[in-house]
Amino acid sequence: MPSPRAGLFVTCLVDLMRPSVGFAAARLIEAAGCTVVVPDRQTCCGQPAYNSGDRATTKTLALQTIRAFTDCDYVVVPSGSCAAMLKVHFPHLFASEPDLETEARAFAAKVHELCTFLTNICPIGKVPGRYSGRVTYHDSCSGLRELGIKSAPRRLLSTVDGLQLTEMPEAEACCGFGGLFAEKYANISNAILTRKTDNAATVDADLILAGDLGCLMNMAGKLTRNGHPLACRHVAEILAGELTDPPIGHATVATP
Amino acid sequence: MKLDTAHFPANAAAALANPRLQSALAKLPGGLVAQRRAAVAAVPEFEALREEARAIRDATLSDLANHLEAFEAKATAMGSHVHWAVDAAEARLKISDVCRSANARLVIKGKSMVTEEIGLNAHLEGNGIDVVESDLGEYIIQKRGEAPSHIIAPAIHLTEADVEADFRSYHTHLNPDRTLGTPESLVAEARAVLRQKFLTADVGITGANFLISETGSSIIVTNEGNGDLTQILPRVHIVVATIDKVVPTLDQAITLLRVLARSATGQDMTAYTTIATGPRRADDLDGPSECHIVLIDNGRTEMLSSGMREALRCIRCGACMNHCPVYNAIGGHAYGWVYPGPIGAVLTPALLGITETSHLPNASTFCGSCETVCPVKIPLVSLMRSWRDRAHDQGPRTRTARLWSGTWAYAATRPALYHLLARFGIAIASAFGRRKGHFRTLPFPRGWLKHRDLPAPQGRTFQQLWKETERGVPR
Repeated sequence: MPSPRAGLFVTCLVDLMRPSVGFAAARLIEAAGCTVVVPDRQTCCGQPAYNSGDRATTKTLALQTIRAFTDCDYVVVPSGSCAAMLKVHFPHLFASEPDLETEARAFAAKVHELCTFLTNICPIGKVPGRYSGRVTYHDSCSGLRELGIKSAPRRLLSTVDGLQLTEMPEAEACCGFGGLFAEKYANISNAILTRKTDNAATVDADLILAGDLGCLMNMAGKLTRNGHPLACRHVAEILAGELTDPPIGHATVATP
Repeated sequence: MKLDTAHFPANAAAALANPRLQSALAKLPGGLVAQRRAAVAAVPEFEALREEARAIRDATLSDLANHLEAFEAKATAMGSHVHWAVDAAEARLKISDVCRSANARLVIKGKSMVTEEIGLNAHLEGNGIDVVESDLGEYIIQKRGEAPSHIIAPAIHLTEADVEADFRSYHTHLNPDRTLGTPESLVAEARAVLRQKFLTADVGITGANFLISETGSSIIVTNEGNGDLTQILPRVHIVVATIDKVVPTLDQAITLLRVLARSATGQDMTAYTTIATGPRRADDLDGPSECHIVLIDNGRTEMLSSGMREALRCIRCGACMNHCPVYNAIGGHAYGWVYPGPIGAVLTPALLGITETSHLPNASTFCGSCETVCPVKIPLVSLMRSWRDRAHDQGPRTRTARLWSGTWAYAATRPALYHLLARFGIAIASAFGRRKGHFRTLPFPRGWLKHRDLPAPQGRTFQQLWKETERGVPR
């Protein structure tokens, strides 16, 4: 029996800012027994347009995405927020166009956030990554509240040799990112973010992990600005052992 | 109440820079939020109750006219006078007419958000009638000339020290050397001052948490007992409520009460739950000799048919604001009108139009915490997004915003072009940022960079690397 075809929806942030997360995700999906494909007709899930009230652009991007993955058995997304957009919101966009709605629903059924995919859909068992250090985990809002992602990343992390997870206070509290919110209402965002990084800094950990690059860039930007030693990585990097690149926002360590 | 939503960014900045407000807001997570968590945990069927509450509200709203007419008929039969008001101006007029025919000189009030919405106090005072708020929080902010900053805890933006200082400056007839250092002593002082007002007031005005069609009653919940005195002692009682407050049966109201207090203050029930049905009857020990009920539309009928119906489920518990990171950061006054927090961000544009209020639904991270605690499951994020849709259709605010979003949309919907631009853009950005790993100063995004660094891209796009490395064999 051929292995299932899993399309990787890279997400625009991973594509542009941190390809290592995409490679980590691909390695994990392959370890779970799938063939990974990366359609090049994908760009962005459309959330910036959707949350700015631009329905027309959102629908164009939704159809573009849906049709890029027609030959895939699964669509796997290394982001709870983008996965929720594909899985929960795409069908709503076409509520008044039955044919497209059917197409969007069929697509949504194939979509899975990476950690959930690796625990519930194509169980990976033990992950390839090893990490001797202490980490804490931030539950990103969309993944947590729209897709119920809570135990999946923790279950996977518990199989990483050497890793010790300590929960931070208010792990489920928003980091203040909110997409364009962080730019448009920067000082409110900063107040929410400060509370988040302060909470993370209370636990004995050297890394904050999360499943969404937006939140991670937000937290990492605050920590480097404050010169705080706590660093940020996408959970996929740790699970896959994809640690060649420095943590988010950190300088490349010169190789001798 | 004066609308100040257009200045939301400036109001929020001022709130963030106000250390006194910040110290008051810092008590929310350990206070109302923690109390709700404990109360909900003690009721295993709470989720089922939320669903039941939602269903009760939806069923009522889908047949609102009939339930209202039933309420009017029963309330009239029980001796109340029912008045209808299309908007705030008519409501104010009807209420002041009742006060005038009662020759009222002093009105005492229970806590009521709708009277804030229609600007009742200023109107009555303009007609030569003194108005005294009897809820402790409302009394404090009335004295300060402020609006409530929370729908159930109107003075939540203040600390005990603020209230002590206020009381010393207002209650000048009392001994200046008295001890006022504890909440108990502050409450005792307010009670003594207010007791006199209760006894001399001609009219008592309360809101209503619910109006019951089958009995013609109004229900109010309080923790201070001030609502009872307000509706029992004065000769005339006026209930002021919007039309969405109606509930068909007492049984259904009980279900709503079970989720209301737990969501609001973490109590199983409030200290007082008072059901008032008409004026004093012959064999009653006390009660008003006249009871008036003013039913106000003020935009609700339009909400029923404008895609905002779900917001009318609201039973005003305040849980959405208590759990909102934005509200927790800036408090209620920054929102610039009566209803703050997520429900305010939905309700205010519905009642006053989106043009001047568009900051409110935009100033949200869409974290969804509000939806998870709402006792009637209002889809607050979807409704805020729906306001963003409508604001967008009226044209993006600035030329710069239009240019950015237009350029991005053009490229994102043309994958080949997008990937080409991404390759070049990222190559340039990483050439400048890779050494340090982040940017500290750039011409944009300015808001972001004011408070945090922007992590630099790793160097090449994933799409580019994936194509170059033969399907997934990294580097």
